[in-house]
Amino acid sequence: MKKHLFFAAVLFLIGNAAFAQSGTVRNLPEVKIEDLKGQKVNTAEFSNEDGPMVISFWATWCKPCILELMTIDEMYVDLQEETGVKLIAISIDDARNKQKVAPFVNGKGWEYEVYIDENWDFKRAMGVNDVPHTFVVNKDGEVVWSHSSFSPGDEEELAEVLRQVAENGHPDE
Amino acid sequence: MQYTFPKYTIKTALAVFLCFCFTPVLRAQTEGKWGQVAGNFQFDGALYYEDTLIGAPEFPEKVGANGFLYMTYSLGNFRAGGRFEMYAPALQGFTRARGAGISHRFAQYTTDHIDVTVGTFYEQFGSGMTLRSYESWGLGFDNAIDGARVKIKPVSGLEVTGLIGNQRNAFSYDLQNKSEGIVRGANVDMTLNDLIPGMDSLKTRIKLGYSFVSRFQADQDPQYVLPKNVGINGFRMNLNHGGFGLAAEYVTKVNDPSTVNNQIYKPGSGLLVQGSYSRKGLGISVAAKRIDNLDFRSDRGATFNNLTINFLPPQTKQHTYRLATLFPYATQPLGEFGIQAEVIYNIKKGSKLGGKYGTSITANYSRLNGLVKTPAIDPTDGYTTGFLDLTPQPYFQDINVEISRKFNAHWKGSFTYLYILYDHQLFHQLTGFDASTQVKSHVTILDVSYKVKPKQTLRMEFQHALAKQEFGSWAMVLAEYTIAPHWFIAAYDEYNYGNAVPEKRLHYYSFTGGYNWGQYRLSAGYGRQRAGVLCVGGVCRVVPAANGFNLTVSGSF
Repeated sequence: MKKHLFFAAVLFLIGNAAFAQSGTVRNLPEVKIEDLKGQKVNTAEFSNEDGPMVISFWATWCKPCILELMTIDEMYVDLQEETGVKLIAISIDDARNKQKVAPFVNGKGWEYEVYIDENWDFKRAMGVNDVPHTFVVNKDGEVVWSHSSFSPGDEEELAEVLRQVAENGHPDE
Repeated sequence: MQYTFPKYTIKTALAVFLCFCFTPVLRAQTEGKWGQVAGNFQFDGALYYEDTLIGAPEFPEKVGANGFLYMTYSLGNFRAGGRFEMYAPALQGFTRARGAGISHRFAQYTTDHIDVTVGTFYEQFGSGMTLRSYESWGLGFDNAIDGARVKIKPVSGLEVTGLIGNQRNAFSYDLQNKSEGIVRGANVDMTLNDLIPGMDSLKTRIKLGYSFVSRFQADQDPQYVLPKNVGINGFRMNLNHGGFGLAAEYVTKVNDPSTVNNQIYKPGSGLLVQGSYSRKGLGISVAAKRIDNLDFRSDRGATFNNLTINFLPPQTKQHTYRLATLFPYATQPLGEFGIQAEVIYNIKKGSKLGGKYGTSITANYSRLNGLVKTPAIDPTDGYTTGFLDLTPQPYFQDINVEISRKFNAHWKGSFTYLYILYDHQLFHQLTGFDASTQVKSHVTILDVSYKVKPKQTLRMEFQHALAKQEFGSWAMVLAEYTIAPHWFIAAYDEYNYGNAVPEKRLHYYSFTGGYNWGQYRLSAGYGRQRAGVLCVGGVCRVVPAANGFNLTVSGSF
């Protein structure tokens, strides 16, 4: 049991040191996930020159996730014109449903960039407990906002945040 | 082993907790480029009451709690992290753990060409039929490997992985309590378009892969000679061309007498073929699989969800509506043959049928049969079976259709219908519900939502499951009111009005309220929960009946 204490202490120290030094900047972690054709991509290389990025974790079996992505889809073209946003949808479907992701996305007619995080490496690295979980990343690649769960109306707040991030690089306090 | 709750682990818990509480302050006060911290936490607590009517057992401590804090620190190519877990004691339905400790810790170094991890890690080869280690907090599932892993990417299009370690034992947070067996694995993934000159311009993309995983466990059996080293091989292929996709994996396993397969020396095999086609507004996917004696664990005596090395993806639709989850199916690792097809079609916006906003239709069919097994001449060989030697009655069959549509700015709705056939013995084995003949059930679900104000929505579900078996028919109503972006309240009642036993015609109700604050979430409720099976991603856990209050706090940072 002494080992536990030791590891806890190490974790504690790392945590403290890191928090004390990390500042407010947080970038996307470097994790390899697959696109819909099975090509590996590095998540740290996600970028959007035209404006903010939305990173949305979802699954084909998750009703609120689908509702969120369908709701955003209705306003996506307008939002893109206004803020230059790009939405990256990260499916956490495993081998059971992985092959259904591309037909699902196309069937719904979504224009999002979609990737599959089959064994939840990116999900873990981003600290996601449950889907849906949505992040906003600014032009400089900094994670500036996040929200878990989705209720109708949340898209209004997201749109507002995107306008602020497009303008100032971060949401208003 | 029963763990006590030593004082210093409480102190440790407190220290980590305090560290967490003060971090936002520290974080806001300092600036610099000394690395980044990310993580998440969740706390689930419950207060239980005994309820003999629904069969909720007495919980001696009255209160149960599960909690974890996961944290990673990254600096350039270096990353380290760990997870602290606490059970005081574990919630009902989880392994009776009690105590707290560091269950997971790792250090990792990554460049474009190499990735080295020491400590606990998660990994998946191919579809997972040879190896998959992962975790699911809600299920209490975690089969992380504790050891070392190296990934090398010498040239574009080629990746080689090697790993070795012992597995985490189900819900034990104790790093000392690992699998007796050692897991060794190697995997190669090749993208031919990147490797072969001239192929990169082809429209067709081809990937090939091979994995080999082996377990070593000493043989201490006085009677039988057990194989100490058990290996599993997997070959796979992945092909993409425009809107078409095809993926196939074939797996073979050497003889591995175990508790789960009744100590037979028969080798195992698995085949999974999945195809898909899609264009805008239409998606089609089809799949077939055959599993024969393919249970693989890092301890030949392990059962339930413990110490599984591989993952056999179920080929059925994953339902989430309450009454549809009355009939969960789990892969039968000892033998099954299954097919599945799904079509998703979007009727265009503005068309006569599609309405102003379009209409989405999803139809899905899946059927699983058992393999007919003829006893082998030597009983230790188990049985023989043909490739398509299927049981006449299916283990499980599910036909379902879902139509969803937005009517106007206020109203949105969906209608779902499922027809399920279920082998009564398997059904009883998995859910505990009694059934004397094949289970046949029609489930209908209406889900409507009404936008009261731009940020306020009332959503209601009306569900009905018609079944003639002993547990009979069910009806359910759910109402949920959300005030975006912070508040929600929900209530539901599941009523088993058609139970053959009049005393069991009970109401199972639940009230929940919650508050979301950015990446943090708090919810609390009271309810009477039916016994059932909770499945996430194809792994299921039996949830006992419960009566009481519950609280969940979760967040990420």
